[in-house]
Amino acid sequence: MGIFGFFSKDKKDKLDKGLEKTKENVFNKISRAVAGKTTIDELALDDIEEALITSDIGVETSLKIIGKLEGRVLREKYINTSELNNFLKEEISLLMKDSYDEIPVINGPYVIMVVGVNGVGKTTTIGKLAHQFKQQGKKVVLGAADTFRAAAVDQLVIWADRAGVEIVKQHMGSDPASVCFDTLQSAKASGAEVVIIDTAGRLHNKINLMNELTKIKNVMAKVIPDAPHDVMLVLDASTGQNAIEQATQFTKATKVNSLALTKLDGTAKGGVVIGISDQFQIPVRYIGVGEGVDDLQVFNKNEFIDSLFN
Amino acid sequence: MFENLSEKLDKAFKVLKGQGSISEINVAQTMKEIRKALLSADVDFKTAKSFTSRVQKKALGEKVLSAIDPGQLLIKIMKDELAELMGSEQSEISLEGTPSVILIAGLQGSGKTTFSGKLAFHLKNNKNKRPLLVACDVYRPAAIDQIEVLAEQVGVDVFQDRENKNPVLIAENAIKHAKTNGHNVVIIDTAGRLAVDEAMMSEIAAVKKAVNPQEILFIVDSMTGQDAVNTAKAFNDKLNFDGVVLTKLDGDTRGGAALTIRSVVDKPIKFIGTSEKMDGLDIFYPDRMASRILGMGDVISLVERAQQQFDEEEARQVQKKIAKNQFGFDDFLKQIQQVKKMGNMKDLMGMIPGMGKAMKGVDVEDDAFKGIEAMIHSMTKQERENPKLLNGSRKKRIAVGSGTSVVEVNQLIKQFSQMGKMMKMMQGGGAKQMMQMMKSQGGIAGPK
Ligand SMILES: Nc1nc2c(ncn2[C@@H]2O[C@H](COP(=O)(O)OP(=O)(O)OP(=O)(O)O)[C@@H](O)[C@H]2O)c(=O)[nH]1
Ligand SMILES: [Mg+2]
Repeated sequence: MGIFGFFSKDKKDKLDKGLEKTKENVFNKISRAVAGKTTIDELALDDIEEALITSDIGVETSLKIIGKLEGRVLREKYINTSELNNFLKEEISLLMKDSYDEIPVINGPYVIMVVGVNGVGKTTTIGKLAHQFKQQGKKVVLGAADTFRAAAVDQLVIWADRAGVEIVKQHMGSDPASVCFDTLQSAKASGAEVVIIDTAGRLHNKINLMNELTKIKNVMAKVIPDAPHDVMLVLDASTGQNAIEQATQFTKATKVNSLALTKLDGTAKGGVVIGISDQFQIPVRYIGVGEGVDDLQVFNKNEFIDSLFN
Repeated sequence: MFENLSEKLDKAFKVLKGQGSISEINVAQTMKEIRKALLSADVDFKTAKSFTSRVQKKALGEKVLSAIDPGQLLIKIMKDELAELMGSEQSEISLEGTPSVILIAGLQGSGKTTFSGKLAFHLKNNKNKRPLLVACDVYRPAAIDQIEVLAEQVGVDVFQDRENKNPVLIAENAIKHAKTNGHNVVIIDTAGRLAVDEAMMSEIAAVKKAVNPQEILFIVDSMTGQDAVNTAKAFNDKLNFDGVVLTKLDGDTRGGAALTIRSVVDKPIKFIGTSEKMDGLDIFYPDRMASRILGMGDVISLVERAQQQFDEEEARQVQKKIAKNQFGFDDFLKQIQQVKKMGNMKDLMGMIPGMGKAMKGVDVEDDAFKGIEAMIHSMTKQERENPKLLNGSRKKRIAVGSGTSVVEVNQLIKQFSQMGKMMKMMQGGGAKQMMQMMKSQGGIAGPK
């Protein structure tokens, strides 16, 4: 079992209670359907399909996974149920990158720019990240480049306080690129090791707003040539197939280097990142599992895949 | 990534037609395509399954197979079924009671606070009310500041108590405050919460019990995937809410969650959010949503709006000019103004079948025409009437005069001549065909 190894017993109990009790473990169902057979029968396929689709993995990626699974069963003839389970997990695993590298020590500040559509959890993730880096003994500066949404700067200021890190801000409505310019200059001058830039939430089909993002990114490079070193796209686990379009458009506007998947403490599985990870070759780096300052985890591929089938 | 459903259906029907004898198997195959399309639009797994099997039953019952155009008949059945699921009429929120209390609930980041601001704005301006916004999110950093800023923007009062961490008490005090200060509507914004967070779900149930709201609205992000079913059920079990608000529909999501929620909780969708601005609120049109989920474009609305706004006489004049090859830049300008009157370009384009996909990821700004207008205004009368006059030096003058570049001027001229060609083509019978197509599709787009 073990939906995400990191859940405390208490949290997990809460989670299980919340989920439909009747929902049988998918693997049990699959197992029954394939027991003693050399091909996967319709029934088992249906169950697998249901498991994949209800995790938001999407039609295309699900078909891809099932196709590979069928091929494998055909090749290896007889397989038992636990092998089938493992095959399924392996096939999914092949689609995802293993996530984490420590952020490299470079000469000057390492700049992370956080982007995403409205309300996915950018600011919260930044607060948690700042806290983590600070705990690792790094000097962190936040840049409040969401100058648009009501009280966005106030929100980030509170997170900076919580994490005990510096913040660079201007007044609401000011040019976000100029905030970034200031932030990077100040970080450079004060010898900061990590800079995290908060940007306003924007829907990816708004061309003007996406162009603004490109501009912000380019302005940063004027202060620190390689900046931003990491453009992190935040995705909400409860988002469905539209996340693919989000990834497509944000990748176009600013090359995206990593993903953070938030709100995994809910019932949503976030399976859409599998296809995204595969299609764009971007690793998931962090997952958000709550609203507290400690509720950020380094992504663990195997735990994530296990959780899909629970 | 996602193929348009119409395309998929076309493909499926080709299979249908190509085969000598049409069998139930072909229909089943078509149903598979439809189910895939629904799933790609984020309709919940079970809902998609039961939906397609119902359509299949009806299709076989209505003898789709022997119909002259099985595809059209099938689409009609499907749209009717969808429209029925979506609910056929619009429902308003109830504003009885003094004050009438509206409780806002939903997941984190779904857009509750923004919606609260919009609703206050709407009630104040369109319903002549004196709303009071109440800040009951005591958890998220700067949540109170956010609602204060919005309240100021829309010009309504806000009730908050930064010392108080108990949403139940804040809500109760807010109602008292509303009564003594003559507010006839109270909008209670609450913290985002997960359906599995029992403490938080009990909290909002306690708020409900304390203030006995006239109306409880469940706010959902239209981009929500398969989780919509769990969340909607859980909130409904706890709160028995009265209506749903779908937010962020200015994005390009198909919005299958709308269908899921309708089918699992059977509550009306009362509003939709269409921008980050305070006037970005609209009522819900079930048939438009059905079309959006299917990706077929909302032909009816397009035709309706076009009919309202287009001056028929003017249109006839233009036709004449095209026929006589006299269509000039002045006419072009007039056309642009007509189109602009019809409303937001993107909305409009999205309504044209087939354009939905082409326009994906594209946001046409309303001021997309600004440059074009400036260029035409910089032309002399002769140049406008006779575009052939436009040589290099004239182009340069126009570019300077309109603050654009020669490249853009060239683009305009090219566009203009293409448009002329297209219009001629449409006059030669093409237009009639197009109208017919629109009519036949329009006929099935509406609710029964
Ligand atoms: N349960 C849970 N809630 C989260 C998580 N991450 C963020 N949230 C909540 O989601 C809501 C929105 O988060 P924000 O950080 O403000 O999101 P944002 O992307 O910065 O939003 P905008 O700047 O408005 O676009 C807040 O209520 C957060 O507390 C998470 O991992 N789990
Ligand atoms: Mg933010």
